[in-house]
Formats: sequence, C-alpha cells, structure tokens
Amino acid sequence: METNKQFRKRLGELFRSQNLAALSTHHAGQPYASLVAFYAGDDLKHIYFVTPKTTRKYANLTADNRVAVMVNSSTNQTSDFHQAISVTAVGRAKEVAGADRELILGQYLAKHPHLEDFVRSPTCALIRVVVDSYYMVRNFQNVMELHLEP
Amino acid sequence: MNWILSAEKIHSGDRHRVGGKGYALSLLAKSGFKIPRTVCITSDTYQEYVLKTGLRERILLELHRKDFKEMRWEEIWDCATRIRNMFLTKPLPDDLAQEISNGIGDRFRGRTVAVRSSAPEEDDAQSSFAGLHESFINVAGVESMLKHIRLVWASLWSDAALLYRQEIGLDVVKSSMAVVIQETVAGDRSGVVFTRNPNDENQGIIESVYGLNQGLVDGTVEPDRWIMDRSRNTIVSHTPPERKHWIIPSQNGVCLAELPGEKSAHPPLTPQEVNFVFKTARKTEEFFKMPQDVEWTYDGDSLVLLQSRPITTLRSDKPGDERGWYLSLHRSFDNLKKLRRKIEEELIPAMISVAESLSAKDLIKLSDQALATEIRTRWEINHKWVNIYWADFIPYAHGVRLFGQVYNDAVQPDDPYEFIDLLTNTGMASIGRNNMLMDLAAIIRSDQQLAEKLKQGDDSDLDANFLSMIYDFIEKFGDLSCAVTGGKNCVLGTGPLYRLLLEMADHPAQTGGRGKKDRINRLHQNYFNHFDNDQKGWAEELLELARSSYQLRDDDNIYLGRIEAQLLAAVQEAKRRLEDQTGDQALEVLRQALEDVDFGTESRKSVPAAKAPGYKLQARQLIGQPAGPGISIGKARVIRRHSDLAEFKHGEVLVCDAVDPNITFVIPLATAVVERRGGMLIHGAIIAREYGLPCITGIPDATTLIQTGDEITVDGYLGIVTVGDTA
Repeated sequence: METNKQFRKRLGELFRSQNLAALSTHHAGQPYASLVAFYAGDDLKHIYFVTPKTTRKYANLTADNRVAVMVNSSTNQTSDFHQAISVTAVGRAKEVAGADRELILGQYLAKHPHLEDFVRSPTCALIRVVVDSYYMVRNFQNVMELHLEP
Repeated sequence: MNWILSAEKIHSGDRHRVGGKGYALSLLAKSGFKIPRTVCITSDTYQEYVLKTGLRERILLELHRKDFKEMRWEEIWDCATRIRNMFLTKPLPDDLAQEISNGIGDRFRGRTVAVRSSAPEEDDAQSSFAGLHESFINVAGVESMLKHIRLVWASLWSDAALLYRQEIGLDVVKSSMAVVIQETVAGDRSGVVFTRNPNDENQGIIESVYGLNQGLVDGTVEPDRWIMDRSRNTIVSHTPPERKHWIIPSQNGVCLAELPGEKSAHPPLTPQEVNFVFKTARKTEEFFKMPQDVEWTYDGDSLVLLQSRPITTLRSDKPGDERGWYLSLHRSFDNLKKLRRKIEEELIPAMISVAESLSAKDLIKLSDQALATEIRTRWEINHKWVNIYWADFIPYAHGVRLFGQVYNDAVQPDDPYEFIDLLTNTGMASIGRNNMLMDLAAIIRSDQQLAEKLKQGDDSDLDANFLSMIYDFIEKFGDLSCAVTGGKNCVLGTGPLYRLLLEMADHPAQTGGRGKKDRINRLHQNYFNHFDNDQKGWAEELLELARSSYQLRDDDNIYLGRIEAQLLAAVQEAKRRLEDQTGDQALEVLRQALEDVDFGTESRKSVPAAKAPGYKLQARQLIGQPAGPGISIGKARVIRRHSDLAEFKHGEVLVCDAVDPNITFVIPLATAVVERRGGMLIHGAIIAREYGLPCITGIPDATTLIQTGDEITVDGYLGIVTVGDTA
C-alpha cells in the first residue's frame, strides 16, 4: 500500500514535471475550463497561477472562489491509459497581495522564467488555491484521496 | 513487408525475425538434416497484428491493473487467460489475413501442420524457453491455422512466460513472437533426445513413444528411456514402461488411444535405431556447438527432425522460488482423471472417516497426559492432511483451468469466464450447509416464541424437532463458534450460531444458485455444438471433470476444516482445564503440548495508519478483478479477525483478506464480496457467483483501506470498489 508520504512524494514529482494545469471555475452553474501555468509549494497546501484580470476565469473565481485544478502526465499516446497519472485538486481561490506576492512570484518565475513579462503586468493577478483535497487517478481507474487538514 | 519466409529462404539477417526455433530449423535444412516442410511467420507479423488491432495497449492495460509483485499465481493465470482471449476473439486484419492465407494455403493445401512458437528472445537469452510457449499439432485448414497462429502469439503472455518475465526479458513493446508452421509428419514412433544428460555430462538420454510426440511432452504417455554413453555412442541402460497408450492424429487434432497389443510388447526403437537417433542428435550438437534437446519422429524408416534447441533450464533452485511448483500444476486430462479417482475414492472418504473417528473420542474422559498426547496426534494428523491438500487437491483445481481453456478455444466467448457458469450448481458442501442454515432460519421466522427465546439467549426448553436439527447441523459443520471467535481462541457455544440464525430469520435470502437453469442449458448446448460427434464424448467427460474439480475447490476446505475442528476441540479442552485448574496434577504437560503445536496466544497484524499530521490519505476507487458481475451498494463489514463475523448484518458487503470456505456462512446475508486475495477461481468468487452476488477480488490492502461502516459501491462488472457516497 502506498503510504501517505509516498503519495505526497508522487504528487510533488508530478507537479514538478508538469507546467500546465486545467482550471475549473463556474458562473451561474455553468462550468468553465481553462489552461494555466501553475506552481505548487512543497507542502502541497497551495497551488498558484497567474491570470489577467480581464479573463472569464478571473471573473468566475472572483464571484465564487470554489475551483478545481487538474494536473496530469498524459502525452497523447495510447500508453497514457496505463501510464498517465492525473490529479485533481479541489479548493478555494484567492488573489495574493502584499508582501507574499513578491516572494511567491519569485518561486513561480523560477519554474516559468519565460513568463516574466506576463506576470509583472499590472493587469495580472497572482492566484492562490488553498487545497482541501487531492484526488489521484492511476492504473486507469485507481483513485486515492488526500485530504488536507487546516 | 515479408510476413512469411520458407525455411530455405531464411538468412542470418533474419535470425531475430524468425526466432530461435525457426532459425535453427533453417540451418538444419541447409546442412542436410531431414526436416518437414517448414515456413516461418515472422515476428513483424505479430507486431503488425497487435498494433493494428489495438491489442498492444490492451495487453499493457491488463498487465498494469496491478503491481506484479502483488499478484498471486492464480491472478497471473487469470491475467494470461484474459490476454489469451483477446487473441482468440480478435481476428487478423483483412489484408494481413489474406496475405498469410495465400502463403500458407499454397504450401500446405490439403495437409495438416504443426504450429509452433519461435520466440526471438531465445537467440540472445542463456535459457531455452521450453514449456513457456505453446505449440499445436495436426492443425487442418487455413482458418484453423490462422487461429492457431494467434494462439501461439498469445502464449507469449502465457502464465508460465509471465512468471519468468524477468529471466526472458518479456516486454510489451519490444517482445514479439515468430511462428513456425511445419507439415505434419504422422510418425508412428517419436521421441526426444537430450544429447547431454543434465545430471551426468558423460551421458545422453533418449525417450521414445509410439505415435506422436505430444503424449511424451505433456506427460500423458510414459516413454521408453535409454541412457547413452556419449563417448562410445552405446546404450548404458534401457528402462521400458508399461506401454498402454499412444497419441495419434484425429479429425481436429490428436487423441489418446489404446496402444495395439503387438506394439505394446516391443520398444518403439530397435537398438540400432537408438544408436542412429543418438548419433544424428549428436551431429546437431556439433553443428550448433552446444548440447541440444532434439525432437524427432520416424516417418516409415526415415528419421525426421522436428526441432532442435539448446539444453538449458529456467528452473531455479533458489529457496522460496515456487514457480516450478506452480508450473507442475498444469496437468493433462489423463493425469487429472487419475487424480480425481484418488481424491474421490480414497482421500475424501479417508478425511471423513478420520474426522468421524476423532470426534467419537470423549476428550473429557482423558487424563491430562492422554489429552496432551491426543493434541500432538491430532496436530500430526491435521498436518498430514494439509500436506495432502497441497500435493493433490490444489493440482486437481487445474481441471477447471483446463476446461476453461478448451471452452474458450472452442466457443471463443467475449467473456473469458463464461465457462464458470457451466460449473456452478454442483451441490457444494458450503451451499448445503448454508441451505441448512436457511431452513433453520425459516423455522425461527415462523415461530415468534422461539425467536424471542433465542434473542434472550435462552436455549432451554426448545422444541425437540428444532433442537434435533440444530444438533444435526452442529454434528456436520460445528457450531460456528470457532469460525466467529478465531481458530486459536475459540470458545465453544451455540451463541454465535443462534445470532446468525436470528439475522437470517429477519432477512430471508435467496438460495444459492437457483434460477439460472435456462442460461446454463443454452451455454451447455452451445459448448457441445462446437465439437464434432467423435469429440462430444470427450467434451462431456472434460466438463464433468471440471465440475468435480470446481466443487472440490470449495469442499476440500470444508473436509479439511472438519479435521482441524477436531484438533481445535482437543486444544479447547486443554485450555479449559488450564483455566479452571480442574485437571489432575499434570497440567504442565498440557501447557507444553499447546506450545509444541503453536497454539499459544493468537497474534494479529496491526493495521498500518494512513495518517500523517495535516494530511489524511483515503481510498476512493480501488481496482481489482471483476470476479462476479453485478453492482451493489452497502456498508462494509471488514473482517480483520474471526470475531468480526459475529457482527455481520444483512445487506453488508463482506470485505476480507481471503474468504475461507469455513466462513462463507455469512454470504447469504451479504450484498457483495470484496477480497484482498486475487483470482477468479478462489472460494470467495465461487460462492459469490453461486449466490449471484457482485464480487471483486485481488484488491491489495482492501482490509486496511476500507473501514467497517464505510458505504461502498461494488461494481462487479468493472472490478471497481468505490468508497463513500457515489450520489
């Protein structure tokens, strides 16, 4: 059986290996999905991404902060069916402001250095998703959950 | 791409494409040895087939359902069976089929052939792949040849190959299989030569039988055996067998027949022929520069070589390596028939009689010294029967597998386990026991007064008829107290039995295995329709053997349980005396006896915690093997110790490490079964199927990841357990 620690190690490895995540928001009950460049902290409690404030996703998450973020290792090959790992994080999104912002942007840019100009734009917001739970799918249909206690 | 190469057109550059066997045959042909007309279906063909049909990824998915390290032998067999069925039910793409049909049709029109495996990896491995992959003989007609090519390909993933996957470098993406097709030489004498005896390098071995080689290879026909002196090419010794049978070609394959009297009196080879066969085989050794295992046959007076491969072995003598034992479970039909006679006529009656004679003994009257001796004796008896169980009863379970393979080959069903439906309703002992329980529960249901008395634990003054049924049950199956309180710590008493009966009385269940007759009749008829008239008798006999094998898979544990119960009864008597201090002054001998037979305190594995501060890990969907179709939702009752069974309630899902036939009495109350131990033919799966319950087996850590009280959904079609609310 995979231990709690092994599970988190696998999660950390996946997050380091992937650049993009699918973000789910909704508006008036209508779900909406978008692709974001993400960064996750080592303690796995938060997932960060940057978005222009003019986007639909920003409007949605401002209206209702409940979001889901999906990261997966698929490569668009048939082997994905047995090899790929997919993780969905469920939590609440909030814009990061103040002293934290610079510190986290530094970590974010270390992973995505080519986004420097983008993230520095005054029209962009740094969003933190405080994760409640992770749902990891492996071996096609095997699903384990990790619940983060506040 | 060239899918077919004839032996004479194979060059050194084709070695990997035609496999070890194909390449060796082409070399023999070019060097003047006589071989049958031979072509090779190259390994490229295999690759094209698995790629175009999507089988490559399906195999990958199958092999990645679960970590191999966590798979039991039975699960590996199941895995191989499912893969084999993929090959059976997936025809070659039209263009490929057309090209191969043209190629083999031209060469073998009107003739029968042998279709043999030829693994390319044999070239560079140090090991011979003998026995890992399949070969078929006397195959007639292009359609049948195409089917057997697919079956040989499937055997790249046989259970034996999967067991030795590391040694042979089995890899889904890289591994492939070439196929050798040879014209049948219906030799009337055949055999095998080991040019060097693995146990004595100065000797060689020749084995020979009348008829075709298959009987020798699969062990159904005992051969004449000659030990040869390698340096002088002379016979050292000859061991004649009792020559009774031979394998001869039949309409659609081969059959075992009685050897005509005039042949049985003489060895298949004259001393001159023995020398000639050995000399020829030695030439192949010189040619290939290593000792060879050569298969040959005599076509009239002409010696024909069927194949030649290096002698090496994959068998490991490492301690703890049970693969050799597992592979020895593959038994021939004849061997299984013998085993059946032994089990039904000798072993089971002996088990019943042993249990009866032990139960007749009044333990209370024994002195402490005599009781200590009795415990040791009973331990020895129990131990002896456990060994017999492994040596004879477990191998007999192969009868089900053999039938499954024959059924799947003939019927080619979408569901590779359809055949099991033909084996159910066989009157298993545990179903009989459960039916008795349900009859008792029905009496309680109709008698409010009786139910009240039992609820209050008052079993005095019960109806004589009811009591006599209870005693009858206890005499046959025990009072279930040991089953619910744990083998080593059981406390005898009728309490657990009454509690179970009350629960059953409140919730009448369906009797196991009733109401499926129409479907079974249809399957039965369909199965027979796939055999020619001359084979129907054999097909019926095999089905009958499989039914007996299937039934025994469950019953043997019941019989073994009765013997163990007698040991436990003696242990309980000793424990009672030690506790009450009621025995004579020799109590120490009892303590010693209990220790000697390892009946101290029962130890239980602690459940590992899945928690770390701040993070809670839990299962949502767990994947196992779909072992009984259907879907059910219920609260989990996780059986971590026997006593958990006592709490079992109607409508719960039985979640356990391994369903032991001695605990299946709760199944009539259950809504589904989930088991850590894997396999389609294990007790839990068998009983669940009898009751039509969804069942999933082979979920690692099922009993730690699922907690009693969790609401779980058991999807017996897909083999998925979902933990928690699915709404």
